[in-house]
Amino acid sequence: MNWFQNWMLPKAAATHAGDVDGLYMFIVYLTIFFFFFNGALIFYAARKWRRRSDKEVTPHITHDTRLELIWSIIPLIVVMLIFFWGFKGYVKAWVAPNDSIEIVVTGKKWVWQFEYPDGTRTLNDLHVPLNKPVKLVMNSEDVIHSFYVPGFRLKRDVIPGRYTELWFTATEPGVQQVFCAEYCGKGHSDMLARIFVDTPEQYEVFLREGDEQVRKMPLKDLGKMVYENKGCATCHSLDGTKGQGPSWKGIWGNLHKGTDGKDYPVDANYIRQSILMPQAMVVQGFEPIMPTFQGLLREREILGVVEYIKSLQ
Amino acid sequence: MAEALTTHGNANAAEHADYLDYPKGLMSWLTTVDHKRIGLMYLWSVLFFFFVGGMFALLIRIELLTPKQTIMTAEMYNRVFTLHGTIMVFLVIIPAIPAALGNFALPLLIGAKDVAFPRLNLTSLYVYWVGSLMAVITLVLGGVDTGWTFYTPYSTTTGGPVTLIVLAAFVLGFSSIFTGVNFIATIHKLRAPGMGWFELPLFAWGMYSTALIQILATPVVGITLLLLVMERVLGVGIFDAQLGGDPVLFQHFFWFYSHPAVYIMILPAMAVISEVIPTFCKKTIFGYKAIAFSSVAIALLGFLVWAHHMFVAGMSLFAGAIFSFLTFFIAIPSAIKVFNWIATMWRGSISLRAPMQYAISFLLIFTIGGLTGLFLAALSTDVHLHDTYFVVSHFHYVMAGSNLIALLAGLHYWWPKMFGRMYNETLASIGCVLVFVGFNATFLPQFVLGSRGMPRRYYNYLPEFQSLHVASTIGSWILAAGLFLILAYLLASLRKPKTAVANPWGGRTLEWEAMSPPTMHNFDGQPVLKHGPYDYRANPAPVGVEEAAH
Repeated sequence: MNWFQNWMLPKAAATHAGDVDGLYMFIVYLTIFFFFFNGALIFYAARKWRRRSDKEVTPHITHDTRLELIWSIIPLIVVMLIFFWGFKGYVKAWVAPNDSIEIVVTGKKWVWQFEYPDGTRTLNDLHVPLNKPVKLVMNSEDVIHSFYVPGFRLKRDVIPGRYTELWFTATEPGVQQVFCAEYCGKGHSDMLARIFVDTPEQYEVFLREGDEQVRKMPLKDLGKMVYENKGCATCHSLDGTKGQGPSWKGIWGNLHKGTDGKDYPVDANYIRQSILMPQAMVVQGFEPIMPTFQGLLREREILGVVEYIKSLQ
Repeated sequence: MAEALTTHGNANAAEHADYLDYPKGLMSWLTTVDHKRIGLMYLWSVLFFFFVGGMFALLIRIELLTPKQTIMTAEMYNRVFTLHGTIMVFLVIIPAIPAALGNFALPLLIGAKDVAFPRLNLTSLYVYWVGSLMAVITLVLGGVDTGWTFYTPYSTTTGGPVTLIVLAAFVLGFSSIFTGVNFIATIHKLRAPGMGWFELPLFAWGMYSTALIQILATPVVGITLLLLVMERVLGVGIFDAQLGGDPVLFQHFFWFYSHPAVYIMILPAMAVISEVIPTFCKKTIFGYKAIAFSSVAIALLGFLVWAHHMFVAGMSLFAGAIFSFLTFFIAIPSAIKVFNWIATMWRGSISLRAPMQYAISFLLIFTIGGLTGLFLAALSTDVHLHDTYFVVSHFHYVMAGSNLIALLAGLHYWWPKMFGRMYNETLASIGCVLVFVGFNATFLPQFVLGSRGMPRRYYNYLPEFQSLHVASTIGSWILAAGLFLILAYLLASLRKPKTAVANPWGGRTLEWEAMSPPTMHNFDGQPVLKHGPYDYRANPAPVGVEEAAH
């Protein structure tokens, strides 16, 4: 009957999915059994005791306590079994192991955004390592969404104003489909994402160089994404306004005067140093408050920032 | 026997004309306080809205023939499924059996002249019409795209006449409450002499249980909908997180009504079946008390299970476990009823005429509807199936399939009593088969769609789901063909002369002792109960109607 299960359920791709499938198939067979059981009784009765004359007299049977107890207690036992089976599976999928990789998920009309422990962000594509527990901490920016991965048999609503969690250990390499399962308007049915279950090597490459989308992105666009997503925009404006730090507008090739009195030409090495060792040279008129981005940006992202600043004339 | 009744008492034409004919004129209908006329007006209204809601359903199915746009845009699709749900739930299923069939049959079944509060009954109908009109106006104003569940914060932030449709549901709630109050008072006070609680026909037990839910749960949804309007119109932060509210609170409030409301839909269906089966088996009902008490048990337990709609909504583990546990108990009274009905057939004298065919169809569909509830009551499987087509299919089996088919069973059962005419029974059998096949062809594929991961309320879907969607759409056409056939032969029967006898099926409940159709005051004098509701021991039946001594 494996074909039957394979027809009804997507391939189980997470550790606890097998338990859900076991219960699912148990109730499927129970439903089929009782449908045919009741159907057989009804058709047997309708054939055997079909009215042949209007004069027929029927026995006056008002009840039978023993029979009624039987058909109350047997269903009770069966449903209690189902309750405990379902409860067990639910509990297993409830508390994430301590060593889980924590990924922040933000749902908004109509995209899924993922943020990894190292600050990497991706849109609609989630990379997770094979056979490692992953915990999703989820929040919505607008209405209620619901993060649904059929292959993992998992779903949890994503709610504005509170965090909900979901965890899984993926057991099948490849791609899993993610749906938004809570109706959220016009783009609801297009609010899809994919989970790439990577081998350890693939996941390593992803963490080092970003996902395929980022790897293919032109440097200037990559720099813009870093500017917007990694906090640069908080202090550095693009329009010449003075913020906590100098604006990036038109600085490429100019001279910056440091607090040590020397002039520094703004070039690739200067920018790289400012990102990785910001205290080494502080521009006059600004406080030495910028944190280092050592280890937080990939080499290619630093190059991207350089290209981006170059483009801001 | 009908003849014996007409010659009884003084020969006043008004007293003895059937209720359809006298008094005449539109105004006499619009100002009537006769429960039978009000029941019929409810029936035509409900059938009209069933047609409208059904058209929306067909549009949904046609749109889903292809994975991308077929006949409408996504905005349009969202409005269509919202109206389908809202109309079917609030305008059709909730009033269908209690307000239409119940109004007509309940006083007759208990040997009363009318309901306890006839004017309140007419008010209920007018309130229903006002609420329906408000719902229809939203259509003209461009429609609403919230889904019939009005989940916040989507419903408080989206555009369109949401306030109006929410107020429509609020107004409709009152019509439901009025009917409930009326039925409870009627069953308490107006039973025929000799009719104790355990001589009540089971239909009355079903109506009583339904009425309990109507008057206890409906105010909660009324308040909730008003809170929603306050948030939308006045910006009071109750459900919207941005205003300091809690969006999940709305779901608790909403399901506190709407889950019991599911039993407002299924208990009347069970009540009809409990009447039809003994009559066509010519045998007393098996386990009268078990069926009566299981109705009450379902009504009461129904208040304790609402949060099983929210297992993935961020509730605590403990709350989830409690609500799952309690939900399973609903399965027991439901199972008891099904087995009692089947046991009633055992050693009976089974006549497979049209109402019985629908009753058997109900038993089979309800078995599927009930058992698939187990998947959704169990925590781990519900997490996978929640908000997928599996849920859509499950609640259509219970709310649409079971309720609709029981409505058809009741309609075919009481049609000769209502109109004094018989319909074509060959066509009725064909209609029954078409509805059964069409319904299953529409919704069985949706169980598989759901367990394979297809979420509900999806306009676009992945191509891998297409073949099952196509099967479902073809099923919907078979179902529609069956329903149109039924409508056609029922309407055609109204052109025939009134030839139906008082008791065409050999039933033992009191309504069969009134004329077909009954006179304005139902019975000629006060009927007195001489035997239990399903007592077939004496054959032929003793006349149970006589003048009360007073």
